Amino acid sequence: MKRYVYINDNESSHELYCDNRISNRKYTVLNFLPKNLWEQFSRFMNQYFLLIACLQLWSLITPVNPASTWGPLIFIFAVSASKEAWDDYNRYLSDKKANEKLVWVVRQGIRKQIQAQDIHVGNIVWLRENDEVPCDLVLIGTSDPQGLCYVETAALDGETDLKTRVIPSACMGIDFELLHKIKGVIECPNPDKDITRFDANLRLFPPFIDNDVCPLTIKNTILQSCYLRNTEWACGVAVYTGNETKLGMSRGIPEPKLTAMDAMIDKLTGAIFVFQIVVVMVLGIAGNVWKDTEARKQWYVQYPIEGPWYELLVIPLRFELLCSIMIPISIKVSLDLVKSLYAKFIDWDAEMIDYETGIPSHATNTAISEDLGQVEYIMTDKTGTLTENRMIFRRCCISGVFYGNESGDALKDTKLLNAVAGGSPDVVQFLTVMAICNTVVPIKSKTGAISYKAQSQDEDALVNAAAQLHMVYANKNANILEIRFNGSVIKYEVLEILEFTSDRKRMSVVVKDCQTGKIVLLSKGADEAILPYAFVGQQTRTFIEAVEQYAQLGLRTLCLAFCELREDEYQEWSLMFKEASSTLVDREWRIAEVCQRLEHDFEVLGVTAIEDRLQDGVPETIETLRKAGINFWMLTGDKQNTAIQIALSCNFISPEPKGQLLLIDGKTEDEVCRSLERVLLTMRITSSEPKDVAFVVDGWALEIALKHYRKAFTELAILSRTAICCRVTPSQKAQLVELLKSCDYRTLAIGDGGNDVRMIQQADIGVGISGREGLQAARAADYSIGKFRFLKRLILVHGRYSYNRTAFLSQYSFYKSLVICFIQIFFSFISGVSGTSLFNSVSLMAYNVFYTSVPVLVSVLDKDLSEGTVMQHPQILFYCQAGRLLNPSTFAGWFGRSLFHAIVVFVITIHAYAYEKSEMEELSMVALSGCIWLQAFVVALETKYASI
Amino acid sequence: MTDTDRGTQRDRDSAFSLFTQQSLPACKPVLTPEWVIMTFLFIGFIFIPVGLVTLRASHSVVEIVERYDIGCVPEPFRIDKVSYIQDDSIPKNCSLSFKVPKYMKAPIYIYYQLENYYQNHRRYVKSRSDKQLLHGQNEHGISSCQPVEVNNDRPIIPCGLIAWSLFNDTFTFIRNRAELKVNRKNIAWKSDREHKFGKNVYPFNFQNGTLIGGGKLNPTIPLSDQEDLIVWMRTSALPSFRKLYGRIEKDLDVDDVVVVHLMNNYNTYSFGGKKKLVLSTTSWLGGKNDFLGLAYVFIGSSSVTIAVVFTLLHLLSPRH
Repeated sequence: MKRYVYINDNESSHELYCDNRISNRKYTVLNFLPKNLWEQFSRFMNQYFLLIACLQLWSLITPVNPASTWGPLIFIFAVSASKEAWDDYNRYLSDKKANEKLVWVVRQGIRKQIQAQDIHVGNIVWLRENDEVPCDLVLIGTSDPQGLCYVETAALDGETDLKTRVIPSACMGIDFELLHKIKGVIECPNPDKDITRFDANLRLFPPFIDNDVCPLTIKNTILQSCYLRNTEWACGVAVYTGNETKLGMSRGIPEPKLTAMDAMIDKLTGAIFVFQIVVVMVLGIAGNVWKDTEARKQWYVQYPIEGPWYELLVIPLRFELLCSIMIPISIKVSLDLVKSLYAKFIDWDAEMIDYETGIPSHATNTAISEDLGQVEYIMTDKTGTLTENRMIFRRCCISGVFYGNESGDALKDTKLLNAVAGGSPDVVQFLTVMAICNTVVPIKSKTGAISYKAQSQDEDALVNAAAQLHMVYANKNANILEIRFNGSVIKYEVLEILEFTSDRKRMSVVVKDCQTGKIVLLSKGADEAILPYAFVGQQTRTFIEAVEQYAQLGLRTLCLAFCELREDEYQEWSLMFKEASSTLVDREWRIAEVCQRLEHDFEVLGVTAIEDRLQDGVPETIETLRKAGINFWMLTGDKQNTAIQIALSCNFISPEPKGQLLLIDGKTEDEVCRSLERVLLTMRITSSEPKDVAFVVDGWALEIALKHYRKAFTELAILSRTAICCRVTPSQKAQLVELLKSCDYRTLAIGDGGNDVRMIQQADIGVGISGREGLQAARAADYSIGKFRFLKRLILVHGRYSYNRTAFLSQYSFYKSLVICFIQIFFSFISGVSGTSLFNSVSLMAYNVFYTSVPVLVSVLDKDLSEGTVMQHPQILFYCQAGRLLNPSTFAGWFGRSLFHAIVVFVITIHAYAYEKSEMEELSMVALSGCIWLQAFVVALETKYASI
Repeated sequence: MTDTDRGTQRDRDSAFSLFTQQSLPACKPVLTPEWVIMTFLFIGFIFIPVGLVTLRASHSVVEIVERYDIGCVPEPFRIDKVSYIQDDSIPKNCSLSFKVPKYMKAPIYIYYQLENYYQNHRRYVKSRSDKQLLHGQNEHGISSCQPVEVNNDRPIIPCGLIAWSLFNDTFTFIRNRAELKVNRKNIAWKSDREHKFGKNVYPFNFQNGTLIGGGKLNPTIPLSDQEDLIVWMRTSALPSFRKLYGRIEKDLDVDDVVVVHLMNNYNTYSFGGKKKLVLSTTSWLGGKNDFLGLAYVFIGSSSVTIAVVFTLLHLLSPRH
């Protein structure tokens, strides 16, 4: 199936395709009630309660007033329905905001500002820099003469680097004004959710060029929810709108996360259900037997000789209803209530407010606090999570001379300052590269101060450092750069920018000195991407040493280089580059290849070292959590040496000889296989020794290991308490989380950037740090905190208390229901197994609603140990991880307790109130107050921290 | 200090903030061995005396229990007791006599005791209409009375199995050839008489049906004054129970011989139930019941035993 989009045709497509109204709502006003009820009743527990409630309407079998079940049931349904309604209302509001946003659209040949929801397929939409794209567009024009524009696709795929998009060749060179009048047809597939494919054709109608069909790819589109960056304007034709966009098609409500505890409670509920069925069957049979042997003799009961056909079912059904209170109807509501309170405690916690930014911690997902106490693996990002992500230029090495080694700050090194003042050519060239080899945009404020807008923190650090060394990148005007150095202004014309890609690991600019007319290529990049391409004869040994030395200190290094180009050489290359940039097939690879032709014969200028400081309290936090039995994995995109150094400095791994690092590397399958087996062997041998063994793996080896040696790698993952994975992609991060989850470990992923989003969503618990890389991770996460060190408190205090409290509360809920139920069962043995209820409806309801549900709420403030004690002895968390407080055996304990208490209450009641005092209601009140006192005593006994 | 600082300072002291920070003042009882031992000893020293006092009260009660259901069936009918009891032509009067073992102080309560009688059976318990008992003639709200609800299309008053099976043995007591007066007033709960059974409800068509259950009622007396019915309608939760028949308001001396003339009307033979006549004095704790006292003494003495064991353990191997 195809859809044909007629560009700028205002009429024909209106009926065919939907408008751009986005709707994430689950319900409408009309279908809310039936749909919501249907959803609620698709849960087993609710079906069960509904069945019980319906059975109670049959007065022949009901032991109590039906209102005692219908009341709570309707209440519970009303609560969750209104919660759903509120959520849906909020979704409606956010949809409305998006739908009513104003955008520029061409209507009848004139650009008009309309609401985003009124965009139709075929409309031409105009965007300005930093605008959000309202629907899926096929580009037809941009401000860039080459037809390029940049988009940030973070909301789609979580990648924060800018992507290049290009207009189709057919639209190349169409005048700005003419774009309003463009006519044509786009033939494209029906909407799907694949964000990497768009196989379509474009044919423009005369007078626009020709009738040739021009192929379109995903490169020619900008998709909904992306942001236009670094491009003054762009315009495109809407092809998919509303909920039919690529984003809209792929959007789904994320699966609600289920905690280990919820799963356990469900399991135990199932066990109780089975027990109940057994009890009902036994009592049902006993009741029928008793009825036939004894009750028929009792003339005062008047059993009819011939009963109705369902007579055999009556007694079992009565017992079913009598025993239905075994599964407390309130457990879900009270657990939801306390869970949202746990979440509020996290929001309120004054000790988890980041005082630097004033951002408090926040629990987005209110349902999984208990899981925090059961975490076994923490997967952490490095940059911005362990470190501050505030890059500071610290040291450099220029032409073999080290600066900043003594003071630790090159900017204060007098040697360097003198060299700058003296105008040493090497140093000046070095500073020039620092200042202009980047995509930073300087912005002049009214007072004349210059601030820089940089996509990358590293570039920001370099430009700022250069400015402090008197090489000020002052202005950028179209392609002309202005640099002020020692009072003089130098102008450069930017000819090309060879962008950074993670494959090339370097970026370059080609500039022309406006005074001398000389053309130079300035490059910066990772050592392995620069040093091998130095011109023959240059000694790079000092640079290699410098890189090693800096990496040992945990600094991020970049090599700077330049190379002079001849005019004709550049012209020749420029043509190739243009051609490559406009190819349709394998464009990225072609460009890389062309860039390679220029980026060689470098004259390496030096090495910069940038420090990314550790956040406060990171080593202590890791050490404490490690003591609590939590394993740490570091997943970073950074390079191996830096990652290892950071790991060392934050107690992640211990230095030799206490610790041992095992490397998994290799370029081919065989190499990886061999090194994996070697590491696994060592790991098995040392697993008994008290030694910190960690393995280090890079992205390439990881890819191979995950693909071909998954089993071996899984074993390694189980054996190893610590791992460092460097150079990994966002999807690999998510894969690793998936791997650990598949081994039944509770995982927590913590990160701060868009590249961590997938891992955060994949993990059992996702924690986002609301850091400098934006709020993306924090928004996708279940919990957002301001600093890494709050993780300690989040897990040890909030997670642990939540676990303990829920463990008590859930088992207690069963306990108190079971006590009453056992008494009913015992009573049935002395009432002719006929299913008489000892307690009346009001007592039962009051017992469940007032006497037992309210007092136990004090347990949400219960603390078995003080916060300080837990922080000092984090080992106590083992209890939670192993699930010691809620498992079948603790539950059996509570079960036994309820049985014992029921026996005690029952025996005392029937003996103390024998003979003349044995009146029914008297006895029932005595038994009920016995239960109330006992359960209050149990709550008091189990409360270790009685708040006053 | 800025305004916000002062604000947070004030917040910190407020009760709400103490709550949000989970730092409300609290006491944290630690169960040290000393504490536990002291608690057990304390429980023991409270419970044992209470138990002894209770036992003493129970022992001070004099109780005479006489089973009469078998003895009252004449020898020839013993083989088929059911047909005997169902045969209206045979006179059901019977007498038994007993000696008073101990001095009994007035008031002496007379109970009849039924055993193996399931007044708590579900069909039975449900078969009554509280509305009708209070308001009388009313077509509504008697569906619960099944299977004894209507007679000749008119609701039976009082309807239901409980009323229908009313106990109807009667007793007269003779001491030294003189009749002992039995006070049969005020044997039902006052609240029942005043608020549960109607003053204007007369049992005009009670026990008129084909199937006669238990006792009959005088149709000229309103339900609120039919105290035997009111007592009977307070169903028992246990299959053995006593119900108050009346009070003897004279003291009985040791070795007094009491002769009881009774009408043995009520059928317990078909289901193997027992009928007993009980005369009992009361103490401040009610009738004779050793269970409570024994339970107190048992709990108290086991507490003391546990305390002693714990003390020994604590002394032999103290916690470090």
